[in-house]
Amino acid sequence: MPDALVDLATVLPTVPQPQRHVGARSQAGTAWLLLLPSVLLLIAFTYWPIAQVTWRSLDQARLGQASTFGLGNYARMFADPHFAQAAWNNLLYAVFTVVPSIVLALLFALALRENTRLDAILRTLVVLPLLIPLVAAGALFTFILLPGEGLLDFYLAKLGVGATNWLGNPSLALGAVIAITVWKNTGYYMLFFLAGLAAVPTELLDAARVDGAGAWNRLRHVTLPLLGPTFGFVIPIALLNALTQVDHVVTMTRGGPSDSTNLLLYYIYQQAEQNFDPGVASAATVVSVASLLALALLALRTSDRNAHHAS
Amino acid sequence: MPASRIPTLIALPAAVLWAVPFLWMLVASLRPGYAPDIASLLPHGPFGADNIVEAWQDGSFPIWYLNTILLCGGILVVQFVTISMAGYAFARLHFRGERLVFAAFLLQLLLVPTLLIVPNLTTLSALGLYDTLTGVAAPYLASAFGVFLMRQTFRAIPRDYEEAAMLDGASRRQVITSILLPMARPGLLAFAIVSVTSHWNEFLWPLMVISSPSHQVLTVGLASFASGSEAGGTWGVLAAGTLLVAGPLLLGFVAFQRQFTQSFVFTGIK
Repeated sequence: MPDALVDLATVLPTVPQPQRHVGARSQAGTAWLLLLPSVLLLIAFTYWPIAQVTWRSLDQARLGQASTFGLGNYARMFADPHFAQAAWNNLLYAVFTVVPSIVLALLFALALRENTRLDAILRTLVVLPLLIPLVAAGALFTFILLPGEGLLDFYLAKLGVGATNWLGNPSLALGAVIAITVWKNTGYYMLFFLAGLAAVPTELLDAARVDGAGAWNRLRHVTLPLLGPTFGFVIPIALLNALTQVDHVVTMTRGGPSDSTNLLLYYIYQQAEQNFDPGVASAATVVSVASLLALALLALRTSDRNAHHAS
Repeated sequence: MPASRIPTLIALPAAVLWAVPFLWMLVASLRPGYAPDIASLLPHGPFGADNIVEAWQDGSFPIWYLNTILLCGGILVVQFVTISMAGYAFARLHFRGERLVFAAFLLQLLLVPTLLIVPNLTTLSALGLYDTLTGVAAPYLASAFGVFLMRQTFRAIPRDYEEAAMLDGASRRQVITSILLPMARPGLLAFAIVSVTSHWNEFLWPLMVISSPSHQVLTVGLASFASGSEAGGTWGVLAAGTLLVAGPLLLGFVAFQRQFTQSFVFTGIK
């Protein structure tokens, strides 16, 4: 649908817009007045914090000392094995939450797209986790993953599988945290794929069918390419979530056992709230924000290239 | 059986599996007392609301509900004002630097306050807003999401109405409040649903800002409540407490599903 609109815009002659030169100055004044509250809040809580955290990350003073500036905080942070572990975990967490949740979301959307009552009910079941706090999901999964008595082990025992300490075993805990995130986010992404699928013109699919394309080829060569814009904004949202959703880590595992579920934002929280080390907390914030901006730029360039490729 | 039903049947077990945590939450919160098979998903009696009553008495639910409602309501009311004003400016007025300011708003979509907890906490302390609900709300009072949404919504409204009203001598403020805002109701409602959902569910930021129990919100309350029931092994009470926190939005979603779904998609795309 958006593509069709773009095509239409290039075909139609440009309609001259009435320009009003009179009162341009008063218009600008009104505009700034209307923007003022938002701009002030934006400066106070988005731009000033970035300036401040960058500045603070360069101030090497520990508690009560005089300020000295340099890269000491960064040096301490990069030398900290907990930071390296958190960064590595976050990379795994990003890959193994983003890919499965998007693939599952697409599969659910493809399977449950019909306008039937059963499809509607099943769609609801998949979307429900979106509505609850991640902390609530954490509370439910604390019981589900409880060794022995918990829901998972209770039913696995019926299959003859013994009790497992899902959250207490360093090689399983990150997987458990990832599973919770995938469960929580799949339904949200599915909504976007459903909207994207609804916008695929049926004429195109019918034409492909007439040309003898099977279901797989119609999906591969017609539907998936048309879902490009949907992937283009679901992937950035999912990546942002991989950096910001750590509530269940805070309440369920506290980054453990032995740092196996520590993530960047949790590391920042630990440095700020538990180690009272604002220098390292600030340095880690700067690194997180910078990697986020780098990812965003990369995503923009990729979608730009795809847009050129498509046209 | 029509061919289109086959994908549904393949997805059915997975979708049911997705609902298992909710099913357990419901079943377990309605089974009073200690049950060795508390993990069972099959509802069997005796049933009773004991767990829900116990959860209500163990936690400070009235104060948590009140604070959460005040927080979500307060954020929403201020957001309505700021996003309508800024949205109108971008939709209808021309000024130098328009693109630059717009780009500056865009960046806020990425730099979510969650990432900036450390410097924002410093700012709150400096403003004397530490340990207040106003402090929790502060970073959200301007919303780039909302501004884009209102800009699109206002742009979709034909200018004829405003021009006719202006010819009749209406001021710009009258045009916004009595013509544009009523017509922008679907956009405002979509924004409201997404805003309330995200702030009702937020955890890490209120956890860092609030220290007094009397200012606590539902999510942070649930976290301390849950560790209590975890220690005591009172899993039915844990399920009931979770139900109390998550219930209102789940009910709202089931009742107004179409509206919720459209809002999430709408605000995601814009």
